[in-house]
Amino acid sequence: MNVTAVLAWRNLWRHKRRTWLTVGAMIFCNILLVFLISLQLGSYQMMIDNTLSAFSGHIQIQHSAYNEEQKMYQNVPAVAQLANTVRAALGNEANVAARGVAFALASSEERSFGIQLAGVQPKFESQVSTFPGLINHGRYLADSHAPEIVIGAILAQNLKVAVGDELTFIGSGLDGSFAAGVATVVGIVETGFAEVDRAVAEVPLAWFQEVFAMGESGHSVVIRLPALDSVEPAVARLQKVLADDPILAGAGLSVLDWNVLEPGLKQAIKSDMVSAWFMYAVLILLVAFSVLNTQLMSVLERTREFGVMLALGTRPATLAKLVGLETFVMSCLGMGLGVLLGGLLSFYLSYSGFYYPGMEEMAQKFNLPDRMYPQVSLLSLLWGPAIVFLGAMLAAIYPATRLFGLRPVAAMRAV
Amino acid sequence: MNASWLVVATLAWRNLWRNYRRTLIILATITLGVWSMIFMSALMRGMVDEIVRNGLETLPGEVQVHAPAYRRDPSVVNSMAMPDGDFLQALGESPVVAWAARVRVPAVISSERDSRGVVLLGVDPSAESALGSAPDNLVEGRFLLGVDDKGVVIGASLAKRLETSLGKRIVLMSQNPDNDVADRGARIVGIYKARLPGTEDIYVYAGRAATQKMLAMGEQISEVAVTADDYRAVQSWYPNILEAAGDELEVLPWTALDTFLSSMLAVQDGFALVFMVVVFLALSFGLVNTLVMAVFERVREIGLMLALGMKPALIIGQVLVESLYLLGLGLAAGNIIAYVSIRALENGIDISSVAQGMEMMSMSPVLYPALRFSDMLMSTAVVIVLGLAASLLPAWKASRLDPVKALTKT
Repeated sequence: MNVTAVLAWRNLWRHKRRTWLTVGAMIFCNILLVFLISLQLGSYQMMIDNTLSAFSGHIQIQHSAYNEEQKMYQNVPAVAQLANTVRAALGNEANVAARGVAFALASSEERSFGIQLAGVQPKFESQVSTFPGLINHGRYLADSHAPEIVIGAILAQNLKVAVGDELTFIGSGLDGSFAAGVATVVGIVETGFAEVDRAVAEVPLAWFQEVFAMGESGHSVVIRLPALDSVEPAVARLQKVLADDPILAGAGLSVLDWNVLEPGLKQAIKSDMVSAWFMYAVLILLVAFSVLNTQLMSVLERTREFGVMLALGTRPATLAKLVGLETFVMSCLGMGLGVLLGGLLSFYLSYSGFYYPGMEEMAQKFNLPDRMYPQVSLLSLLWGPAIVFLGAMLAAIYPATRLFGLRPVAAMRAV
Repeated sequence: MNASWLVVATLAWRNLWRNYRRTLIILATITLGVWSMIFMSALMRGMVDEIVRNGLETLPGEVQVHAPAYRRDPSVVNSMAMPDGDFLQALGESPVVAWAARVRVPAVISSERDSRGVVLLGVDPSAESALGSAPDNLVEGRFLLGVDDKGVVIGASLAKRLETSLGKRIVLMSQNPDNDVADRGARIVGIYKARLPGTEDIYVYAGRAATQKMLAMGEQISEVAVTADDYRAVQSWYPNILEAAGDELEVLPWTALDTFLSSMLAVQDGFALVFMVVVFLALSFGLVNTLVMAVFERVREIGLMLALGMKPALIIGQVLVESLYLLGLGLAAGNIIAYVSIRALENGIDISSVAQGMEMMSMSPVLYPALRFSDMLMSTAVVIVLGLAASLLPAWKASRLDPVKALTKT
């Protein structure tokens, strides 16, 4: 074994340039993969975080049909009380808030717009959504009963209102009655994302319930968790809480996780992943071909040498092991240097950020900032290079099998 | 001179097949590289085409004309007069193929069950059809018959949300120029399905004259949308409209109306080239390696040629021609395979399993790869230019061999 290892090592450096070119191909590919995968995972993480922390949260409890149809009568009875129950069940880690949603025609002195009005608990809303923190004029809602409203910047512009102005709402209540209310604009939210700034309209939950004749009910309990991997256990616990409570069990409620709430998110990530892996697969195949070529050459040019070794009693399996070992050493070099350099590059960019001209518009569409920050993790460092490694080792199989067909005498005579 | 190059060409060709396994492997590498360059570009083009086409369909038109304040404040107050005079004439000139004048205001639609905020479009159905912005998939009923049609056409998804259906009445509410609530009841005469379900919830079509009457806005309109059926050529004719419309109106091409679409197009061209170069770099290691080996195992032979008086330039030529053969054969195979594989997928690739994710990018659930001659040309240029550049070093090294040393090398 030892002799084989020494032989393999020496053989590699008989053709320094060829070895380095082959290792170079692996290093190049690995640097690229580490960088791109870090960038991808970083942007996915950010995409998920930004999208979920904006409004929808990680989990919501709703009436079973509400998510699909969004009808006012598909409500959650005693919603604030349920939020308290959930808060108690999930402990300190989880942030919980209750909401109600209604459609209304909002009119200022000069303009009228149909808007989606959200009734929120001022005290808890800022823990589940980033909007309250993005107020850039005025303040966020304070009292749960006050006739106050916070709206997005574009909506404010369209309605031609500023902080201190009044808005009138006309809609229909839960019982089908005519619902109307007047609220003062106390704050304006500017997120920079046009779709959000056009849509946000939040009022205190208690006032909302009064105006829309909702009683104690609302439409959702929103739960924001510290990390994605705590979603599954939380969903299981909530389902048990709902099932165990005799009143809640009969209310037709369901627990929805972020995949259901934002179905596009996971699919966008999946499709991006697929197209990215198409590109990675091409790169990895190219590298594998490169290794195949090198190893085949190195086997063919050593035919005479191998013939002698066979004649001296070396078993073909040992020769195959030799070729495998050579490939292994090259792959290790390629992987080690590739991961090191790629990791350094990604690590540097994870602090300084990465920018591709013209990308801002696309980034906005997916709730991403203009600058991208790769996320270096064990997974992003090793995922790509491990497959390159595997590909290189597989590529050595064909050259190695040729050794088993060698006849010592004929091989020694080969030119 | 000619004869010696012919010899070089012949020699290079024969050298190629002395080690046919190596040649075949490197050919496979180049072929795979070239194929992926073209195939990937075609997929990306298809994707971007689709996004742009969907985007232009909802805009609609490649050029839009509004009252200056309309885009910031899309209210009935910021309206404009119907085109006349020079403006009307410019709309009739080639390459403009169609234009439509529309009323477009935010509104509320209510059924007896529910209400929703929508965008009310007051349209001239024949002009919309010419523009290509009339809904092309009416699942129930009919589209509007004329500007005076009193009915409305709504999206299937909106109908479901409102729990209403064909033939039922709904109420439209918006504001008139005096900021009074303007409303009218209307019957649903058609229900459409859109390529992007999101737009079904937003757009409600009504006759233009009927809408103008409801909003008490006289003959005023909100926008004029113009198309020449080629979104890439918009810069060539947009100035004509700009000039003819006069200073009172805002005239913008789609690149300014939807910056997301135009940046997609801009980024894409750059990205295709980056991808091609990256793929090339990955395969260049193999290419250089092959040439280095080919030179290395022929050191004695090259030494002999030099000793016999062959000019170093011809040695360089020989290696370069050998490389050119490899690149040429690989390119030919790669292009053919790319062409065949893209043609085979011409009917579209079904990506409906990620349809909602695609909708975030305004894409439909079927992806049509778009083969462009320019992409084939670009990949060929990248491979030949960079390929020959990469081959220069081994070629130059071969030509600098010392004949005596080379001849005696074992």
